[in-house]
Amino acid sequence: MDYQDGNALAGPLSEIFSLDVTVAQGKCAACGLRGPLAQLHVYGPDPGLVARCPSCEEVVLTLVRGPNDAWLDLRGSVSLRIPIAE
Amino acid sequence: MGIISRAFHGRPREPDAKLPPGQYLVHDFPVLSAGPTPRVPLDRWEFSIDTAEGPVHRWSWEEFLALPQETPTVDLHCVTKWSKFGTGWKGVSLDVLMEDVESAAEYALAYSYGGYTTNLPLEDLLDGKAWVVHEFDGEELEPPHGGPARLLVPHLYLWKSAKWIKGIRLLNEDWPGFWETAGYHNYGDPWREQRYDGD
Ligand SMILES: [Zn+2]
Repeated sequence: MDYQDGNALAGPLSEIFSLDVTVAQGKCAACGLRGPLAQLHVYGPDPGLVARCPSCEEVVLTLVRGPNDAWLDLRGSVSLRIPIAE
Repeated sequence: MGIISRAFHGRPREPDAKLPPGQYLVHDFPVLSAGPTPRVPLDRWEFSIDTAEGPVHRWSWEEFLALPQETPTVDLHCVTKWSKFGTGWKGVSLDVLMEDVESAAEYALAYSYGGYTTNLPLEDLLDGKAWVVHEFDGEELEPPHGGPARLLVPHLYLWKSAKWIKGIRLLNEDWPGFWETAGYHNYGDPWREQRYDGD
């Protein structure tokens, strides 16, 4: 086997998801703009949060909150660069 | 007498037969938005239906208004739990728009000015169940409510009634739209409370 199962993500992702992600640098998949998530244009909250690129207005991410689950869709972000204090 | 009449009047009320489960009635018309409101000048507005196999069918604003118009009065059910009864619209039935469209497709993807999309089975657009509307309550449809024209599919949750509609693509495979890929139900029947993916 040359891969681990998804449990290997638990530690690394919990480190990231516990941070204030609004300081993370996102890169827009549509136009390439880089900037902190705090600068996105956010619509909603209902039926879901829709965060758009401040430059091209394309959707960078959506967050839908149901009674028992949340759906985070990072469809329009190439990557998130998340500062982690040493 | 008091006891008897209390027993008589105290039966549980019949649930409102027009209100789907989990919904409450509103009298205003809430506006929900997932992005900036598109402003589409009428001289550049166009509605089209395209298929995998045939020609694209297009209507300018004048051509669209010249089609036979209907004035449906329908109840609306939003997935955020409000319902609004007896809303009056004016527009063109999808049966009219689809009259000359030949296709074996079973699915439709509605797409809008501004980039919104929503998917539904083609049969849910036909047989008097859906319209492209341009008037609400006797007035031209305001942009916050989807003007100049929006889809109206009142038997499904309102996110299926795409605002600022630009066209409908007929597809041989289902192609989930904006909210359908973001956690909401693929079909969205209010009477079966199909709100979220997996409901
Ligand atoms: Zn962008």
